[in-house]
Amino acid sequence: MNPDAVPPDRPESFRAAPVPRRSSLLLLPALAWLGLFFFVPLALMLAISFASRGTYGGVVWTLSLANYANVLDPLYLKVFLRSVLLASVTTALCLALGFPIAYYIARLPARRQGIWLLLVMIPFWTNFLVRTYAWIFILRTEGLMNQVLAGLGLIGSPVDVLYTETAIVIGLVYGYLPFMILPLYAAVERLPPSLVEAAWDLYASRWAVLWRVTVPLTKPGLVAGCILVFIPSLGAFITPDLMGGARTMMIGNLIQHEFLVARDWPFGSAISLLLMASVLLGLAIYLRAEGAGKRLAAGG
Amino acid sequence: MAESSVELRDVSKRHGDTCAVDRVSLGIRRGEFFAILGPSGSGKTTILRMLAGFESPDAGDILIDGRSVRGVPPNQRPVNLVFQTYALFPHLTVAGNIAFGLEMRRVPRADIAARVEEALDMVRLQGKQDRLPAQLSGGEQQRVALARALVNRPAVLLLDEPLGALDQQLRMDMQVELKTIQERVGLTFICVTHHQEEALTMSDRVAVMRQGRLLQVGSPRDIYEAPQSAFVANFIGRSNSLTGRIETVSGLRCTVRAVDLPAAAPVVATCPAGAGIGSPATLMLRPERLHLSADVQVDGYDNMLPARVSKAIYNGSETQYLLALSDRLSWQVLVPNAGNGQKRFQPGESVFLRWRADEAVVLSE
Amino acid sequence: MSRKHPWLLGASVANLLFLYAPIVVLMVFSFNASRLSAGWQGLTLQWYRLLLEDEALRLSVQNSLVVAVVSTVIATGLGVCAAVGLERHPFRGREVVEGAMLLPLVIPEIMMGVSLMLFFLLVKLPLSLITVTIGHAAFNVPIVLVIVRARLRKLDPSLEEAARDLGATPWRAFRRVTLPLLMPAIVGSVLLAFTISLDDFIVTFFTAGPGSTTLPLYVYSMVKSGVTPAINALSAILVLVSMSLIGASLALQRR
Repeated sequence: MNPDAVPPDRPESFRAAPVPRRSSLLLLPALAWLGLFFFVPLALMLAISFASRGTYGGVVWTLSLANYANVLDPLYLKVFLRSVLLASVTTALCLALGFPIAYYIARLPARRQGIWLLLVMIPFWTNFLVRTYAWIFILRTEGLMNQVLAGLGLIGSPVDVLYTETAIVIGLVYGYLPFMILPLYAAVERLPPSLVEAAWDLYASRWAVLWRVTVPLTKPGLVAGCILVFIPSLGAFITPDLMGGARTMMIGNLIQHEFLVARDWPFGSAISLLLMASVLLGLAIYLRAEGAGKRLAAGG
Repeated sequence: MAESSVELRDVSKRHGDTCAVDRVSLGIRRGEFFAILGPSGSGKTTILRMLAGFESPDAGDILIDGRSVRGVPPNQRPVNLVFQTYALFPHLTVAGNIAFGLEMRRVPRADIAARVEEALDMVRLQGKQDRLPAQLSGGEQQRVALARALVNRPAVLLLDEPLGALDQQLRMDMQVELKTIQERVGLTFICVTHHQEEALTMSDRVAVMRQGRLLQVGSPRDIYEAPQSAFVANFIGRSNSLTGRIETVSGLRCTVRAVDLPAAAPVVATCPAGAGIGSPATLMLRPERLHLSADVQVDGYDNMLPARVSKAIYNGSETQYLLALSDRLSWQVLVPNAGNGQKRFQPGESVFLRWRADEAVVLSE
Repeated sequence: MSRKHPWLLGASVANLLFLYAPIVVLMVFSFNASRLSAGWQGLTLQWYRLLLEDEALRLSVQNSLVVAVVSTVIATGLGVCAAVGLERHPFRGREVVEGAMLLPLVIPEIMMGVSLMLFFLLVKLPLSLITVTIGHAAFNVPIVLVIVRARLRKLDPSLEEAARDLGATPWRAFRRVTLPLLMPAIVGSVLLAFTISLDDFIVTFFTAGPGSTTLPLYVYSMVKSGVTPAINALSAILVLVSMSLIGASLALQRR
């Protein structure tokens, strides 16, 4: 660059202006919308949870902790526990079913990964109700499963699967399996194959390679997948509503019942908030663990 | 005595349509530091992976310590691989990484600690047992990878481009260190690389490969001084070449008329075996073997060619001259920088290149 | 390595079969002439014809489309602005704000549905398509935000700087350089938000009033009132429509 060259003409108004702070204002519309239609309703629900039910279902604004105390009633605790149990079983099954296919896809050449991922995702893009209904159709007493089993002579009388907890788990696993497969796939894909080869070279059996190398190093993905399945399963509504019965109520059904049938909004709010609290707690634990894991990988 | 530690017998491997390894036969002696050298695509990495067990040959056999390892998976071979990317387990400490192979083979706990300590000593990383790989520098990571393989005392240690990721100074230091370690433990090391300098510095013998074929095997000196093909001559070090036809033969000597220098006198050279009048011949001359001077008369050389200096490049320990012998032919000459009294040639100067007949390698190509 | 793991391929194929079999079964039986049982009783199109004559169904489809379009437009506008606002100028507390805006993605949908219902009832806003649309826009904003923000972060900031160096005002630099580069992400999030809105059940369930039935709500009422192959037929149609939408969006992306 010739230092004696004359700099080209520039308009007077030009100067290297920093990005205007005004652009942060762009945030406001979205914040306002969410503030009004998400946070305010939640705050409202929080307030209502400390109120009492009116005679005809309205809200009487007398402060009371009765709603939260009522949750401890064995009747309702049972619903909570059942929900946690079913969500956990669903998560475990999704993990067991999802890991092999996620691993398989991640180890395919890049070109073929796309097709498999697409195949996994297509059922997911189908309407959830439709997918739930499919299982109702198959599992009901006059449904396909019983017809086939009877036709093959394997059973004498129809098996009652629908309206049981088993049916709910089937429905939840079916609905949320892709949520498990994708994070698992991403985690395995990031694992350098040379690490697996190195373990193999160092005399590890296939089982040892899986447990000593693959699983520890894909743990963030595993946890992400579990969270992505557990949370919706815990708050599930459609599946237990359509595939469960009166005796297999989950938190979601309970909330709906309190709001729309029993019209006890304060109590329903209390339950909802407890649900949200458990979810946020689980998330906080996960984020702490992930943060610790990241610090470990970066060298403490 | 020095029997074969590793033997490849007529090994071939295809990758899709291409032949990655084409009927390669090699014998590597026990305790040898052996290098497989070649450009990318030469098949050297495939051979390494076949030795480690990650790929199996389509044809031929591989024997380690006299026993065929066909069908034997990597975790059952007495072979360990130092990966090009080191492949250290990020979730294990340095000690955890090194101990991995020992744990897999169920070596008793007490012994593991001692052997890990020993391995760390060997690679000069004492005291770093509890560090994580992410906390180490590139050179340190490489030593951990080496220790992790060495600690298992394999029959054969494989190294995949061991010095590729290191910077220049570190690379030169590690070359010496690797060789020292190998001599101390007495294991067979097989190293795969595309850096000819690495291969020449560290190994006892070198195999040069190209496009799946084995071109030449020999000591570094043999490979450098007596290349058997133009490719080997050009791949190892730099080389000036002159193609032509043999004009006359007299005893062990012949004269070659150069194709690109029709006006020059025929060049005197040693006659390649089996060649006669009219046979093609290529002369290869190392840049440091040419005598460069502006003097018209210098005794003691068989051949002389006039040239004009195109460029003079100062390289620290030597000066590299690019010389134009004709419109189409350019040669390089390396002259060690001997100090202030030395004559420096300028671009545009006319000079003379001289060499003795036996300093050129002649190939029948 | 999967050569040596034939069972891995087998497990994966079985998994895929598990995912597809129920849907395929559903579609096959939509042609079944038998009303009650799953025993095959002959091929028929009667259930499809029944759907075509269903006025309520047609209305619900219309409602779904209207809600989807309007809520997607709102969500996209809000979301893109928010993404730019978050990315452009780092300010203190940015992570907290971003985290807060992503909260709707995390909490169970039923909470959002119920709390919105309470809110509308307390401000005396009657439940209608308007309230449904508001809810849809609310849960779609984070989706647009995540997708657009991810793409924005990957963009080279020196591109916009180069534009401004060449004399463009910040707004023009954004419009002529950044926005075109963001388009794939924006289009992708539009499609996703649209699909999610069409499919949504829970939030809609709690925020819809009489006369504002959307398609998923209609399917729900059909299922609740008893299994008939008409539901199979409707499901089959929905599956085909989703697949064509996905196919179209992928084809667009490939170009």
